[in-house]
Amino acid sequence: MTAYIDPHIHMVSRTTDDYKRMALAGCVMMSEPAFWAGFDRSGVEGFRDYFRQLTEYEPKRAGLYGIEHRSWLCINAKEAENVSLSREVIAMIPEFLDRPGVLGIGEIGLNKNTKNEATVFLEHLDLAAKTDELILVHTPHLVDKYQGTRMILDMFKGDSRITPERVCIDHVEEHTIKLALDAGHWVGMTLYPTTKCTPARAADMVERYGTERILVNSAGDWGHSDPLAVPEFIFEMRSRGHDESVIRRVVHDNPLAFFSLSRRFSYDPRQ
Amino acid sequence: MSQPRDAAKVLDRDFLELRARILELAAAFDRIERATAGAAADRRREQLKQAVELLLSDRPGRAEAVQLHFSYEYDPQWREKFGLAARSR
Repeated sequence: MTAYIDPHIHMVSRTTDDYKRMALAGCVMMSEPAFWAGFDRSGVEGFRDYFRQLTEYEPKRAGLYGIEHRSWLCINAKEAENVSLSREVIAMIPEFLDRPGVLGIGEIGLNKNTKNEATVFLEHLDLAAKTDELILVHTPHLVDKYQGTRMILDMFKGDSRITPERVCIDHVEEHTIKLALDAGHWVGMTLYPTTKCTPARAADMVERYGTERILVNSAGDWGHSDPLAVPEFIFEMRSRGHDESVIRRVVHDNPLAFFSLSRRFSYDPRQ
Repeated sequence: MSQPRDAAKVLDRDFLELRARILELAAAFDRIERATAGAAADRRREQLKQAVELLLSDRPGRAEAVQLHFSYEYDPQWREKFGLAARSR
Protein backbone atom coordinates (compact mmCIF):
# COMPACT_ATOMS: atom_id res chain seq x y z
CA MET A 1 0.00 0.00 0.00
CA THR A 2 1.31 3.44 -0.92
CA ALA A 3 1.45 5.89 1.97
CA TYR A 4 -0.16 9.11 0.79
CA ILE A 5 -1.00 12.64 1.87
CA ASP A 6 -4.25 14.39 1.00
CA PRO A 7 -3.14 18.04 0.90
CA HIS A 8 -6.66 19.46 0.63
CA ILE A 9 -9.66 17.98 2.41
CA HIS A 10 -12.33 19.50 4.66
CA MET A 11 -12.55 16.97 7.45
CA VAL A 12 -14.85 19.13 9.59
CA SER A 13 -17.50 18.09 7.04
CA ARG A 14 -16.65 14.39 7.05
CA THR A 15 -17.58 11.60 9.40
CA THR A 16 -15.23 9.68 11.64
CA ASP A 17 -15.79 6.68 9.35
CA ASP A 18 -14.00 8.63 6.62
CA TYR A 19 -10.94 9.02 8.84
CA LYS A 20 -10.91 5.27 9.31
CA ARG A 21 -11.36 4.54 5.60
CA MET A 22 -8.60 6.99 4.70
CA ALA A 23 -6.27 5.42 7.28
CA LEU A 24 -7.03 1.98 5.87
CA ALA A 25 -6.27 3.28 2.36
CA GLY A 26 -2.82 4.53 3.41
CA CYS A 27 -3.40 8.18 4.33
CA VAL A 28 -0.68 9.35 6.73
CA MET A 29 -1.33 13.11 6.64
CA MET A 30 -3.89 15.63 5.47
CA SER A 31 -4.09 19.38 5.32
CA GLU A 32 -7.36 21.18 5.79
CA PRO A 33 -7.89 24.67 4.37
CA ALA A 34 -10.47 27.04 5.82
CA PHE A 35 -13.49 27.19 3.51
CA TRP A 36 -17.15 28.09 3.14
CA ALA A 37 -19.49 26.34 5.56
CA GLY A 38 -22.34 26.17 3.03
CA PHE A 39 -23.82 29.34 4.52
CA ASP A 40 -22.40 32.77 5.30
CA ARG A 41 -21.22 33.12 8.89
CA SER A 42 -22.75 35.99 10.85
CA GLY A 43 -19.61 37.45 12.37
CA VAL A 44 -15.95 37.18 13.22
CA GLU A 45 -16.59 35.00 16.29
CA GLY A 46 -17.93 32.28 14.00
CA PHE A 47 -14.54 32.22 12.31
CA ARG A 48 -12.71 32.22 15.63
CA ASP A 49 -14.59 29.08 16.66
CA TYR A 50 -13.93 27.55 13.22
CA PHE A 51 -10.18 28.23 13.53
CA ARG A 52 -10.22 26.62 16.98
CA GLN A 53 -11.91 23.60 15.45
CA LEU A 54 -9.27 23.43 12.70
CA THR A 55 -6.29 23.86 15.01
CA GLU A 56 -7.43 22.11 18.20
CA TYR A 57 -10.22 19.61 17.71
CA GLU A 58 -9.66 18.22 14.22
CA PRO A 59 -5.98 17.25 14.78
CA LYS A 60 -7.10 15.20 17.79
CA ARG A 61 -9.81 13.47 15.77
CA ALA A 62 -7.32 12.66 12.98
CA GLY A 63 -4.77 11.46 15.53
CA LEU A 64 -7.14 8.77 16.74
CA TYR A 65 -6.65 7.14 13.34
CA GLY A 66 -2.92 7.68 13.11
CA ILE A 67 -3.26 10.52 10.60
CA GLU A 68 -1.35 13.79 10.93
CA HIS A 69 -3.54 16.86 10.52
CA ARG A 70 -2.43 20.30 9.33
CA SER A 71 -4.50 23.39 8.52
CA TRP A 72 -4.69 26.69 6.62
CA LEU A 73 -6.52 29.84 7.77
CA CYS A 74 -8.42 32.55 5.91
CA ILE A 75 -11.85 33.84 5.00
CA ASN A 76 -12.94 32.12 1.81
CA ALA A 77 -13.80 33.82 -1.49
CA LYS A 78 -17.54 33.28 -1.20
CA GLU A 79 -17.71 35.29 2.03
CA ALA A 80 -15.19 37.84 0.74
CA GLU A 81 -18.05 39.81 -0.81
CA ASN A 82 -18.50 41.09 2.75
CA VAL A 83 -15.33 43.19 2.83
CA SER A 84 -15.77 44.57 6.36
CA LEU A 85 -16.24 41.08 7.84
CA SER A 86 -13.28 39.86 5.80
CA ARG A 87 -11.09 42.58 7.28
CA GLU A 88 -12.14 41.62 10.81
CA VAL A 89 -11.25 37.97 10.09
CA ILE A 90 -7.90 38.84 8.49
CA ALA A 91 -7.04 40.96 11.55
CA MET A 92 -7.86 37.99 13.81
CA ILE A 93 -5.88 35.32 11.89
CA PRO A 94 -2.47 36.17 13.49
CA GLU A 95 -3.85 34.96 16.84
CA PHE A 96 -3.70 31.44 15.38
CA LEU A 97 -0.63 31.56 13.14
CA ASP A 98 1.80 30.26 15.74
CA ARG A 99 -0.21 27.12 16.43
CA PRO A 100 1.90 24.08 15.50
CA GLY A 101 -0.36 22.55 12.81
CA VAL A 102 -0.92 25.73 10.82
CA LEU A 103 0.78 25.72 7.41
CA GLY A 104 -0.22 29.17 6.22
CA ILE A 105 -2.95 31.26 4.62
CA GLY A 106 -5.59 29.45 2.60
CA GLU A 107 -7.62 28.60 0.73
CA ILE A 108 -7.87 32.20 -0.40
CA GLY A 109 -8.93 32.86 -3.94
CA LEU A 110 -11.64 34.08 -6.26
CA ASN A 111 -15.12 32.72 -6.86
CA LYS A 112 -16.93 35.01 -9.31
CA ASN A 113 -13.89 37.19 -10.00
CA THR A 114 -15.36 40.36 -8.49
CA LYS A 115 -13.69 43.52 -7.25
CA ASN A 116 -14.52 42.70 -3.61
CA GLU A 117 -13.05 39.21 -3.93
CA ALA A 118 -9.87 40.64 -5.48
CA THR A 119 -9.66 43.29 -2.74
CA VAL A 120 -9.86 40.67 0.03
CA PHE A 121 -7.43 38.40 -1.85
CA LEU A 122 -4.86 41.22 -1.96
CA GLU A 123 -5.32 41.87 1.76
CA HIS A 124 -4.68 38.19 2.48
CA LEU A 125 -1.51 38.42 0.36
CA ASP A 126 -0.41 41.39 2.41
CA LEU A 127 -0.88 39.41 5.64
CA ALA A 128 0.98 36.41 4.20
CA ALA A 129 3.86 38.61 3.05
CA LYS A 130 4.16 40.36 6.41
CA THR A 131 4.05 37.09 8.38
CA ASP A 132 6.06 35.02 5.88
CA GLU A 133 3.36 32.39 5.45
CA LEU A 134 2.79 29.83 2.74
CA ILE A 135 -0.31 30.42 0.61
CA LEU A 136 -2.88 27.96 -0.71
CA VAL A 137 -5.12 29.32 -3.47
CA HIS A 138 -8.60 28.26 -4.50
CA THR A 139 -9.26 28.93 -8.18
CA PRO A 140 -12.86 29.38 -9.38
CA HIS A 141 -15.07 26.73 -10.88
CA LEU A 142 -16.16 26.07 -14.43
CA VAL A 143 -16.67 29.11 -16.67
CA ASP A 144 -14.87 31.43 -14.20
CA LYS A 145 -11.73 29.33 -13.74
CA TYR A 146 -9.55 30.52 -16.61
CA GLN A 147 -10.28 34.22 -16.08
CA GLY A 148 -9.94 33.92 -12.29
CA THR A 149 -6.70 31.99 -12.46
CA ARG A 150 -5.17 34.62 -14.76
CA MET A 151 -6.28 37.34 -12.32
CA ILE A 152 -4.78 35.46 -9.37
CA LEU A 153 -1.47 34.99 -11.20
CA ASP A 154 -1.48 38.71 -12.01
CA MET A 155 -1.85 39.53 -8.32
CA PHE A 156 1.09 37.32 -7.34
CA LYS A 157 3.20 38.73 -10.13
CA GLY A 158 2.35 42.19 -8.87
CA ASP A 159 3.66 41.55 -5.34
CA SER A 160 7.43 41.08 -5.25
CA ARG A 161 7.38 40.17 -1.54
CA ILE A 162 5.90 36.74 -2.30
CA THR A 163 8.09 34.13 -3.96
CA PRO A 164 6.21 31.83 -6.36
CA GLU A 165 7.46 28.57 -4.84
CA ARG A 166 5.73 29.45 -1.55
CA VAL A 167 2.33 29.40 -3.25
CA CYS A 168 0.16 26.49 -4.38
CA ILE A 169 -2.46 27.23 -7.04
CA ASP A 170 -5.15 24.65 -6.42
CA HIS A 171 -7.89 23.10 -8.57
CA VAL A 172 -5.85 23.48 -11.77
CA GLU A 173 -7.15 21.78 -14.90
CA GLU A 174 -5.96 21.39 -18.46
CA HIS A 175 -6.30 25.08 -19.33
CA THR A 176 -4.67 26.48 -16.18
CA ILE A 177 -1.97 24.05 -15.06
CA LYS A 178 0.75 25.29 -17.41
CA LEU A 179 0.06 28.94 -16.56
CA ALA A 180 0.61 28.25 -12.85
CA LEU A 181 3.64 25.98 -13.31
CA ASP A 182 5.29 28.45 -15.70
CA ALA A 183 4.82 31.17 -13.07
CA GLY A 184 6.87 29.03 -10.66
CA HIS A 185 4.06 27.97 -8.35
CA TRP A 186 3.10 24.59 -6.99
CA VAL A 187 -0.18 23.30 -8.38
CA GLY A 188 -2.92 21.08 -6.98
CA MET A 189 -5.17 18.90 -9.09
CA THR A 190 -8.47 18.29 -7.34
CA LEU A 191 -10.17 14.98 -7.97
CA TYR A 192 -13.77 16.04 -7.63
CA PRO A 193 -16.87 14.87 -9.45
CA THR A 194 -18.34 17.00 -12.26
CA THR A 195 -16.78 20.39 -11.58
CA LYS A 196 -13.06 19.67 -11.36
CA CYS A 197 -10.76 16.82 -12.42
CA THR A 198 -11.03 13.03 -12.65
CA PRO A 199 -8.25 10.63 -11.64
CA ALA A 200 -7.73 9.77 -15.33
CA ARG A 201 -7.37 13.40 -16.39
CA ALA A 202 -5.04 14.06 -13.46
CA ALA A 203 -2.87 11.13 -14.58
CA ASP A 204 -2.93 12.56 -18.12
CA MET A 205 -1.61 15.87 -16.80
CA VAL A 206 1.17 14.14 -14.84
CA GLU A 207 2.15 12.30 -18.03
CA ARG A 208 2.18 15.58 -19.93
CA TYR A 209 3.79 17.91 -17.39
CA GLY A 210 5.82 15.57 -15.16
CA THR A 211 5.80 15.36 -11.38
CA GLU A 212 7.63 18.51 -10.35
CA ARG A 213 5.59 20.84 -8.09
CA ILE A 214 2.39 18.85 -8.71
CA LEU A 215 0.02 17.68 -5.95
CA VAL A 216 -3.29 15.81 -6.09
CA ASN A 217 -6.08 16.14 -3.55
CA SER A 218 -9.70 15.18 -2.95
CA ALA A 219 -11.02 18.50 -1.63
CA GLY A 220 -13.57 16.27 0.09
CA ASP A 221 -16.19 18.42 1.78
CA TRP A 222 -19.93 18.51 2.61
CA GLY A 223 -20.88 18.25 -1.07
CA HIS A 224 -20.68 15.43 -3.58
CA SER A 225 -17.03 14.43 -3.18
CA ASP A 226 -14.83 11.43 -2.44
CA PRO A 227 -12.39 11.38 0.49
CA LEU A 228 -10.70 8.38 -1.17
CA ALA A 229 -10.05 10.21 -4.43
CA VAL A 230 -6.25 10.22 -3.97
CA PRO A 231 -6.17 6.38 -3.74
CA GLU A 232 -8.28 6.40 -6.93
CA PHE A 233 -5.50 8.40 -8.58
CA ILE A 234 -2.90 5.97 -7.25
CA PHE A 235 -4.92 3.11 -8.73
CA GLU A 236 -5.20 4.89 -12.08
CA MET A 237 -1.45 5.57 -12.23
CA ARG A 238 -0.62 2.01 -11.22
CA SER A 239 -3.00 0.53 -13.79
CA ARG A 240 -1.21 2.56 -16.49
CA GLY A 241 2.08 0.99 -15.42
CA HIS A 242 3.74 3.98 -13.80
CA ASP A 243 6.59 3.33 -11.38
CA GLU A 244 5.78 3.33 -7.68
CA SER A 245 8.48 5.99 -7.23
CA VAL A 246 6.61 8.32 -9.60
CA ILE A 247 3.32 7.76 -7.79
CA ARG A 248 4.89 8.23 -4.37
CA ARG A 249 6.51 11.47 -5.44
CA VAL A 250 3.16 12.98 -6.42
CA VAL A 251 1.04 11.73 -3.53
CA HIS A 252 3.57 11.81 -0.68
CA ASP A 253 6.95 13.41 -1.31
CA ASN A 254 5.66 16.51 -3.11
CA PRO A 255 3.16 17.52 -0.41
CA LEU A 256 5.88 17.04 2.21
CA ALA A 257 8.28 19.19 0.20
CA PHE A 258 5.72 21.98 -0.09
CA PHE A 259 4.65 21.82 3.56
CA SER A 260 8.31 21.82 4.62
CA LEU A 261 8.58 25.38 3.35
CA SER A 262 6.50 26.42 6.36
CA ARG A 263 8.76 27.35 9.27
CA ARG A 264 6.48 25.56 11.72
CA PHE A 265 6.22 22.28 9.83
CA SER A 266 7.66 19.17 11.39
CA TYR A 267 6.90 15.53 10.76
CA ASP A 268 8.23 12.31 12.22
CA PRO A 269 6.99 9.49 10.00
CA ARG A 270 6.06 6.22 11.63
CA GLN A 271 8.79 3.62 11.30
CA MET B 1 8.74 10.16 -15.67
CA SER B 2 7.83 6.71 -16.95
CA GLN B 3 5.92 6.46 -20.22
CA PRO B 4 5.25 2.74 -20.47
CA ARG B 5 2.28 2.60 -22.79
CA ASP B 6 1.77 2.52 -26.54
CA ALA B 7 -1.42 3.40 -28.39
CA ALA B 8 -2.63 -0.19 -28.66
CA LYS B 9 -2.32 -0.64 -24.92
CA VAL B 10 -4.20 2.58 -24.26
CA LEU B 11 -6.99 1.44 -26.60
CA ASP B 12 -7.05 -2.03 -25.05
CA ARG B 13 -7.68 -0.45 -21.69
CA ASP B 14 -9.94 2.47 -22.62
CA PHE B 15 -11.85 1.49 -25.78
CA LEU B 16 -15.03 0.11 -24.21
CA GLU B 17 -15.26 2.91 -21.68
CA LEU B 18 -14.80 5.54 -24.40
CA ARG B 19 -17.38 3.82 -26.59
CA ALA B 20 -19.83 3.97 -23.69
CA ARG B 21 -19.12 7.66 -23.13
CA ILE B 22 -19.66 8.47 -26.81
CA LEU B 23 -22.99 6.64 -26.66
CA GLU B 24 -23.92 8.67 -23.59
CA LEU B 25 -23.15 11.85 -25.52
CA ALA B 26 -25.14 10.68 -28.55
CA ALA B 27 -28.11 9.85 -26.38
CA ALA B 28 -27.85 13.18 -24.58
CA PHE B 29 -27.92 15.12 -27.86
CA ASP B 30 -30.97 13.07 -28.94
CA ARG B 31 -32.60 13.92 -25.60
CA ILE B 32 -31.95 17.63 -26.07
CA GLU B 33 -33.32 17.40 -29.64
CA ARG B 34 -36.52 15.77 -28.46
CA ALA B 35 -36.94 18.18 -25.57
CA THR B 36 -36.34 21.37 -27.55
CA ALA B 37 -38.13 20.55 -30.81
CA GLY B 38 -39.84 23.71 -32.04
CA ALA B 39 -38.51 25.78 -29.15
CA ALA B 40 -36.28 28.83 -29.45
CA ALA B 41 -32.59 27.99 -29.75
CA ASP B 42 -30.65 27.87 -26.49
CA ARG B 43 -27.06 29.04 -26.98
CA ARG B 44 -25.81 26.25 -24.71
CA ARG B 45 -26.98 23.70 -27.29
CA GLU B 46 -24.77 25.29 -29.93
CA GLN B 47 -21.95 25.58 -27.40
CA LEU B 48 -22.11 21.85 -26.76
CA LYS B 49 -22.07 21.06 -30.48
CA GLN B 50 -19.04 23.30 -30.99
CA ALA B 51 -17.27 21.51 -28.13
CA VAL B 52 -17.85 18.16 -29.82
CA GLU B 53 -16.37 19.59 -33.02
CA LEU B 54 -13.21 20.42 -31.07
CA LEU B 55 -12.81 16.72 -30.31
CA LEU B 56 -12.47 15.95 -34.01
CA SER B 57 -9.33 18.05 -34.37
CA ASP B 58 -6.10 16.20 -35.18
CA ARG B 59 -4.12 18.53 -32.91
CA PRO B 60 -3.18 17.55 -29.34
CA GLY B 61 -4.53 19.58 -26.45
CA ARG B 62 -8.19 18.85 -27.12
CA ALA B 63 -9.05 18.84 -23.40
CA GLU B 64 -7.47 22.28 -23.02
CA ALA B 65 -9.36 23.53 -26.10
CA VAL B 66 -12.67 22.29 -24.70
CA GLN B 67 -11.93 23.89 -21.33
CA LEU B 68 -11.20 27.23 -22.98
CA HIS B 69 -14.35 26.91 -25.09
CA PHE B 70 -16.38 26.81 -21.86
CA SER B 71 -14.46 29.68 -20.20
CA TYR B 72 -14.95 33.42 -19.81
CA GLU B 73 -12.31 35.52 -21.52
CA TYR B 74 -9.51 37.10 -19.52
CA ASP B 75 -9.15 40.88 -19.62
CA PRO B 76 -5.52 41.98 -18.97
CA GLN B 77 -6.83 45.42 -17.95
CA TRP B 78 -8.94 44.05 -15.09
CA ARG B 79 -6.88 45.70 -12.34
CA GLU B 80 -7.26 49.16 -13.88
CA LYS B 81 -11.00 48.57 -14.30
CA PHE B 82 -11.34 47.53 -10.65
CA GLY B 83 -9.08 50.35 -9.45
CA LEU B 84 -6.69 47.86 -7.82
CA ALA B 85 -3.19 48.98 -8.68
CA ALA B 86 -0.32 46.49 -8.58
CA ARG B 87 2.32 46.76 -5.86
CA SER B 88 5.53 47.93 -7.55
CA ARG B 89 8.22 45.28 -7.94
